Amino acid sequence: MSNFFTKNRELTQKLGFSLLTLMTLLTVIPIIGVVIYIIAQGAPAISWEFITGFPRDGMREGGILPAIIGTFYLTLGTAIFSVPLGIAAAIYLSEYAAENRLTRLIRLAIINLAGIPSVVYGLFGLGLFVLFLKFRTSMLSASLTLSIMTLPVIISTAEEALRAVPQSFRTVSISLGGTRWQTIRRTVLPQALPGIITGVILGLERAAGETAPILFTGAAFFLPRLPHSPFDATMALPYHLFVISTQVPEMPIKIQYGTALVLLVFVLGMNVIATFIRSRARAKRQW
Amino acid sequence: MEKDLNWREFIITRLIKFSGYSAVVFVSMIFFFLLKEGLPTLNEVPLGDLFSVRWYPIENYYGILPLITGSLLVTIGAGLIAVPFGIGTAVYLAEIAPRWLRNLLKPLVELLGGLPSVVLGFLGILILSPTLRVTLNLPTGLTALSGSLLLGGIAIPTIVSIAEDALDAVPKDYRDAALALGATRWQTIWRVTLPAARSGVLTAVMLGVGRSIGETMTVMMVTGNAPVLATGLADLFSPVRTMTATIAAEMGEVANASTHYHVLFFIGMVLFLISLAVNITASAVVFRQKKRAERVLS
Amino acid sequence: MVKRMNKIVIENLTLKYTDGTESLNGISLNIVANATTVLFGPAGGGKSSLLRCLNRLNDLADVESVSGRILLDGVDILDPKTDVIALRRKVGMVFARPVVLPFSIRGNLTYGLELAGENRKSRHDEAIERSLKLAALWEEVHDRLDEPAIALSGGQQQRLCLARSLALEPEVVLLDEPTSGLDPISTSKVEAALHELKKLYTVVLVPHSVQQAARTSDYAAFFLQGKLIEYAPGTDIFTNPQTQRTEDYVTGRFG
Repeated sequence: MSNFFTKNRELTQKLGFSLLTLMTLLTVIPIIGVVIYIIAQGAPAISWEFITGFPRDGMREGGILPAIIGTFYLTLGTAIFSVPLGIAAAIYLSEYAAENRLTRLIRLAIINLAGIPSVVYGLFGLGLFVLFLKFRTSMLSASLTLSIMTLPVIISTAEEALRAVPQSFRTVSISLGGTRWQTIRRTVLPQALPGIITGVILGLERAAGETAPILFTGAAFFLPRLPHSPFDATMALPYHLFVISTQVPEMPIKIQYGTALVLLVFVLGMNVIATFIRSRARAKRQW
Repeated sequence: MEKDLNWREFIITRLIKFSGYSAVVFVSMIFFFLLKEGLPTLNEVPLGDLFSVRWYPIENYYGILPLITGSLLVTIGAGLIAVPFGIGTAVYLAEIAPRWLRNLLKPLVELLGGLPSVVLGFLGILILSPTLRVTLNLPTGLTALSGSLLLGGIAIPTIVSIAEDALDAVPKDYRDAALALGATRWQTIWRVTLPAARSGVLTAVMLGVGRSIGETMTVMMVTGNAPVLATGLADLFSPVRTMTATIAAEMGEVANASTHYHVLFFIGMVLFLISLAVNITASAVVFRQKKRAERVLS
Repeated sequence: MVKRMNKIVIENLTLKYTDGTESLNGISLNIVANATTVLFGPAGGGKSSLLRCLNRLNDLADVESVSGRILLDGVDILDPKTDVIALRRKVGMVFARPVVLPFSIRGNLTYGLELAGENRKSRHDEAIERSLKLAALWEEVHDRLDEPAIALSGGQQQRLCLARSLALEPEVVLLDEPTSGLDPISTSKVEAALHELKKLYTVVLVPHSVQQAARTSDYAAFFLQGKLIEYAPGTDIFTNPQTQRTEDYVTGRFG
């Protein structure tokens, strides 16, 4: 009797494991395939001129420098607004807030902000920054919009990083005559910093790749010069890729893949940096 | 000097407190704005017309039903792909794969989640849609199916990431107890580990699906953008249009404060409320699970 | 016989937590200056709670109500107007598990000084040497002060935690089961340090065993379920307990 049952269960297990392995392969292989394909198709387009030159002939020739610079500026702008605010909010939640209704409301608000579709952020940005506050279609409007979208990511990861610091550190610091802020500034925050930076980079990575929030708030397809002030509109890599792949006739495939590759490198590069910071911090941890 | 310290500490503490409230402020602002610009729709478009099946703004047809069914169809399709593959991969990584493999593959899967949606849409146009058109013999490759496949791909990393964490967090004792009673690892996974991680896995699925509903660029690029009412799963093979794509595609062309403008904000409000509902449900589920777990453990 | 001064006078202290645990019930007790007062008894007796009242660390916990007075040099420290920061520099604490801060040995020792705004290197160096010598750790670490504190052994870390409090030149030192995780050699080193310490400071110790209590006490107080059962000088309480419950605990009939 035991033989039959055992064999049956072993068979089920073998089949099940094989199925799951197959599923995982089907999930993982396309990812690798996608990246390799883009690299393969896009690499021929990459040249010094491509990265540092301006577009010509309706984007069909030349380089994509303005889009690269634009994405860089937008990411910077997003960082300026969302990083200080996000970290401060995380400090509040981790170090100051009591577990009461107000705090639960704040957490619910954060979860909601995280779930709002990116195009709805675009609508909001249009309504508030572009029209109501009259900032017009500009890097300012786009950055502010992207900042609010990035805020929940930064708050969540920063809070987690702060909470990971052992409570005993805080107790010791207080027992030595420290105030709450002194404790945070001298002990908790420095120890949580690598985790916070990782979260910030991942949040900004997402902001850099988004199109919908900047569609009506700051992105333009063709600008003759680089943006000079925050009130100028700008080109941006994701938007550029969108337009050249859907709306420009006779667009050379090579350039499309090249643009996709540059965007990929920008975004994945940030991912790699974040992962590197995270693993180095884990190794150097003194607790 | 002590007094100086007190002053600074006071200001900093105040700033931190206000930052804490900022999330609530922003959500309220967004909701308020959507309401402000979207509610006039109810005055300008009769309710019957609003929920009719014809979306053709140029001729003042503002029926949003085809957009809703479009979003629904693509999302359901994405869910049918993402949930089994997502949970399956999560189970594989957490329970079956050796540690080194998991540490290699999990970041790789999370990498896919970091890919900008416009890149996936781009590949969809160039590769996926033509392939589907040829292999399935369709008139066009720009269909809901293309959207579902890509959205499924976008949702899977979210599901895998969160579900795998949840499975990993199940105490080793649970598995050991089951194995000691003679269960195989397979049985242990399905009867013990997965149920124990239920709330985390459920959250993962809801967040993954939630992401699908909110996706804009990918669907705009590959679903064909035809606002035709979808009536069944067979319509997966036809073009559709989602709510998100509608807003993105048409917002650039509307006159400020026109009816079309208000209707687009109205759709935005619908999307906001949907994501609100999903999130509240997800956190309520997690909260109740936590309460139940606390009662059991205490 | 020298008349000893009271450093701390506790008057009718009652403490309740919001979840109902470990309260203190009408404790009245004198802590004599320049001596080691030992608070001993089974778990849940309120000893740690009392300790944490003495440096107002209990402010961080979910306390429902506190009544009574604690007079340090005649001043009630439970008064809301008390400068708690200054109090905690005056009354130092060593915890049961060695908690070194994630800095170097030097960084750990100067942490409290920097919190107080004391940044002069000369003062830092002087405080480091003085406190490490008092904690019987100077010989072992004086040539590697810039190494991470986490690299020290458990016993060394605990002595570092003691030195850390001493760097602030407190007047009272509170120790909550300071040797509970340590091997006998490290334990004896710490106990030896305490013996020297009380010449300069007032020591209040919660021991992790009755034997340690007997070894180190100048005055001993037996706590049971939040109440002070018996208090006596020296080793009288261990050799000649006055109440049945004290005798039962001391002889090991329960605990």
